[in-house]
Amino acid sequence: MALRIAVCVKQVPDPETPASAFKVDESVNRVVPAPGVPPVVNGFDLHAVEAALRIKDAGDAEVIVLAVGNDFVMDVMKKPLSMGADALVLAEDLVLDDLDAVSTVNVLAAMIEKSGPFDLILGGRQASDWDQAHVPLGLAEKLGLPCVTLARNIDPGDGVVRVERALTDGYQVVEAPVPVVITVSNELGEARYPTLRGIMAASRKQPERLTLDDLGLNAEALKPALTLRRLFIPESESQVELIEGEDEADAGRKLALRLRELNLI
Amino acid sequence: MAGILVFGEVQYGAISAVSGELLAAAGKLADEGVDGGISIAVMGDDLSGVTAAQAPGTDHVITISHPSLKDGGTGGYDAPLLAAAALAESISPDVILFAKSDFGAVVGPGLAFKLGVPVAQDCIDVAVESGTGRVTVTRPVFGGNALAVYGFDGDNVQITTIRPGVFDPIEGEGSGLIEEFDASGVVSGARTTLVETVVQESEGVRLEDADVIISGGRGVGGPEPFELLQELADILGGAVGASRAACDAGWVDHSYQIGLTGKSVKPTVYLSIGISGASQHMAGLSGARNIVAINKDGDANIFKSARFGVIGDWAKVLPSFTATVRDLAG
Ligand SMILES: Cc1cc2nc3c(=O)[nH]c(=O)nc-3n(C[C@H](O)[C@H](O)[C@H](O)COP(=O)(O)OP(=O)(O)OC[C@H]3O[C@@H](n4cnc5c(N)ncnc54)[C@H](O)[C@@H]3O)c2cc1C
Ligand SMILES: Nc1ncnc2c1ncn2[C@@H]1O[C@H](COP(=O)(O)O)[C@@H](O)[C@H]1O
Repeated sequence: MALRIAVCVKQVPDPETPASAFKVDESVNRVVPAPGVPPVVNGFDLHAVEAALRIKDAGDAEVIVLAVGNDFVMDVMKKPLSMGADALVLAEDLVLDDLDAVSTVNVLAAMIEKSGPFDLILGGRQASDWDQAHVPLGLAEKLGLPCVTLARNIDPGDGVVRVERALTDGYQVVEAPVPVVITVSNELGEARYPTLRGIMAASRKQPERLTLDDLGLNAEALKPALTLRRLFIPESESQVELIEGEDEADAGRKLALRLRELNLI
Repeated sequence: MAGILVFGEVQYGAISAVSGELLAAAGKLADEGVDGGISIAVMGDDLSGVTAAQAPGTDHVITISHPSLKDGGTGGYDAPLLAAAALAESISPDVILFAKSDFGAVVGPGLAFKLGVPVAQDCIDVAVESGTGRVTVTRPVFGGNALAVYGFDGDNVQITTIRPGVFDPIEGEGSGLIEEFDASGVVSGARTTLVETVVQESEGVRLEDADVIISGGRGVGGPEPFELLQELADILGGAVGASRAACDAGWVDHSYQIGLTGKSVKPTVYLSIGISGASQHMAGLSGARNIVAINKDGDANIFKSARFGVIGDWAKVLPSFTATVRDLAG
């Protein structure tokens, strides 16, 4: 029987947006989207899609992509489909603001119950907007499943998944029973590029859209649990002293002498 | 009980430096008005080397020993989480602090969700709000481009993970009580098992401890230049680091990565070579005192945070830099 794999992906502002184009509206504590810079699928989530597709390449699997958010850009959100995922399920514009982690967990859990059952539920290591790295842990708790984080390799066996988990210095091998929630890190290796055939196939697929009603949720389930008091861009105070020389080699020599002069080396 | 519960960590058999940083954060909260004292809990399969003296500023040192908590409980997500939840329920603290480490970044949020309360990850400051007595935290968001201040409203336990390398570890010797918390009943319910841990031992100085770091990015162009960086690091008694781009390219192992999803470091001198200075890289450098940049692009972001810089091709700048350093070292 085919493994059923859910992959949770988030649409985020492009994290490669240059710092100079990054703006915050402090009066409402929100990030102002940089004009002309389209959003992207969160990078680590593409690694999660890649992990699912590798499992599909090696055997029989169905890969369903789940996303919660606002103002989805379809060209962006269809990327996992063009990489080879089978279906896309969206819960869009449930509330005006960004959902916090607890609310996101509530919605994703309901989506998983509705589209499930799944053997594997994959997510990214962290979302590059709020950098929280905790939605999948919450999801596991909510669904009553175990969770293994920071996978760099996933090896699904018979009822047991073997995960290589990236550590800051090395790795671990962890075994978990299915179903299980797993977060994927960039150590897995690059996510594949969509092929032309994949893009064509994706363009013919329509996402399934779910509302709060479909999910059996009400606004109460989407109340923020932590209060954002202030959002601001920190000032950088550093003034760089540029070291110049007759040529680059001379500049290198002078840099060493300057650092020595200040007893820094 | 009320007060602050710190989930510390054990390294080489003793309470680790990052735990001292957490105790400093806890001390700040206690000074600002969180009553009820400070306790520290550590987990592992063999905690025989842990003493109260290793935890200055605490009233209680709580050890949780069990074979399924080997490697400090970093791997099997379940066992340390179940142990943490059992302890938290038994002492019901007002505040729980973790490090944003292999251990805390998983068990911290896991515990929060288990208890049904929010969590703030990767905080660089904690404070007590006058009036309410509740905790507020500051955390970098959007890869470090912005800072967000959050408040814990309501009256639930307040759980945060603290970014390593930001607080100076508390000094001195502790004199609290040490006691064992028996979690054997709960950890036996664990569903995940840790099969093995493979540690990449760094040969010289650990990046987290290094006073000098020589770090390379995509701009160095390949794996070979890292040998030159290592040579320079060896002369200076430092360590070699890297940007994610250099690690993802396979030029060096991911254990070299510095930044938001890599290591947080606090050297006196951080020499960055061919690194653009993306906010996510700089996120690992909040504790670095002097950033020195060699980059051929004068507009590179790294020059905004650097104290010293050379605009130029590293392949021309570095050899004379290294030669001069070697001469100076005599
Ligand atoms: C959620 C998230 C987490 C991330 N976490 C991390 C992290 O932990 N650590 C991290 O590092 N990154 C992280 N990143 C990636 C980060 O955004 C950048 O992509 C990365 O840091 C870029 O690495 P780099 O500076 O080496 O490469 P580039 O940005 O490509 O910069 C290369 C630099 O080298 C210079 N250069 C080129 N040739 C030469 C030469 N001959 N001599 C001198 N200079 C030269 C160029 O001018 C350029 O400035 C993360 C990203 C996201 C979205
Ligand atoms: N709104 C969302 N929709 C779908 N998946 C999400 C959403 N938010 C978070 N996730 C998943 O949870 C991971 C970690 O996100 P975070 O905890 O927000 O850093 C992401 O990489 C996604 O896989």
